[in-house]
Amino acid sequence: MPAISITFTLNGSPVTVEVDPAARLLDTLRYQLALTGTKEGCGEGECGACTVYLDGLPVNSCLIPTYQVRAHRVETVESLDPSALEPFERCGATQCGACTPGVVMTAWWIHEHPELLGTHTIRELMAGNLCRCTGYDGIIDSVEEAMGERGRGKREG
Amino acid sequence: MNILLPASVPEALDQLANDATALPMAGGTDLLVHWPVRGEAHERTYVDLSRLDSLKPLRWTADELMLGGLTTYWDVIRDARASEEFPLLVDAARQVGAIQIQARGTWAGNIVNASPAADGVPVLMAYDAVVVLESRRGREEVPLDRFYSGYKQMKRRPDQLVVGIRIPRRRYTYQVFEKVGARRAQAIAKVGLAVTRSGAGWRVVAASVAPTIRRCPAVERLLETGAAPEGPDDLLPTLAQDVAPIDDIRSSAHYRTRVMARVLYHDLSDFWGKGA
Repeated sequence: MPAISITFTLNGSPVTVEVDPAARLLDTLRYQLALTGTKEGCGEGECGACTVYLDGLPVNSCLIPTYQVRAHRVETVESLDPSALEPFERCGATQCGACTPGVVMTAWWIHEHPELLGTHTIRELMAGNLCRCTGYDGIIDSVEEAMGERGRGKREG
Repeated sequence: MNILLPASVPEALDQLANDATALPMAGGTDLLVHWPVRGEAHERTYVDLSRLDSLKPLRWTADELMLGGLTTYWDVIRDARASEEFPLLVDAARQVGAIQIQARGTWAGNIVNASPAADGVPVLMAYDAVVVLESRRGREEVPLDRFYSGYKQMKRRPDQLVVGIRIPRRRYTYQVFEKVGARRAQAIAKVGLAVTRSGAGWRVVAASVAPTIRRCPAVERLLETGAAPEGPDDLLPTLAQDVAPIDDIRSSAHYRTRVMARVLYHDLSDFWGKGA
């Protein structure tokens, strides 16, 4: 089957790419668009290392065919201000770092939606991001700390 | 591999009618695990539903909740009325993977994936959900408890698309969902149980203990009598009429049967007057 041409909004700007119908969003981001912050861990939707936002919700980019994001909005870890990482560094929650890009994406989503904590715990919301160093308490502490200092902004533009 | 991208439901139904091997695709959380990038290249045609916006919303009417063919777990988790009226839908949805899966996975996809360990199907079945199928030949409605005929076998014909799931609104006096897995999140059920009681009677639905998700009519009859078992083991003969668990990588038949009996006994201890 021939390539499909799609346009979508990536980190705030429109992009157009020609993709194989079987291409996964994860691979398109990394190998066609050079956004290598998004990592592949398990490749089957278990570990969350490849977490990006699709229309504002965290999703596993390894489970999304790229053509499905046509006309939608995608944000990757490159869209976050580096300060989003600081609570993780302070709490010692960046151990080997393999899970960190995905962890930070889910954590920032929680940070931007404090209303979720009316029904969910941070631990439940973070359950889709596995840490192979098992540094979960540090990760939860980091999100709690970040929630305590809400108001520091996402990078402009 | 071939992808068709219909812009409307009638167009999708035409495509399904023209190719009996074509597979509808919604959020892709099951299908991408076997995608050509990871698995072997294959010649299958997928009818991608992602542009069919009319199938996305859930709708409340006076007497039912209608999930769309593309309604996701997260759509239900964030619906305040669903938490009030159908708490088991929300309980089960919150135990499907985690947010990354809940945001993409659909209830209809959970039904047609037909896993005996599905999380969404038991609670839908315990609420007497009806699967709404559409094809060029017309509309058909199949009660979910009669939808499966064997392992991965179901009443959906290849030209039919699940366009909705109807759930009658009733007053429930009892409702519980239990999932026993290796871990609270991101786990596949070793044993699942959904129980409801309404004016329509008891519904007891078991997961991961038979080739399909299924109701447990013998247990339902026992509950209708009100007769209290002395302990979990008393439930084993009744359960044996309803379930047929197997040994597999996730658990053993023996463990599943014992756990099902214990979960059932303890969940219903108040009803049976056994205290907490």
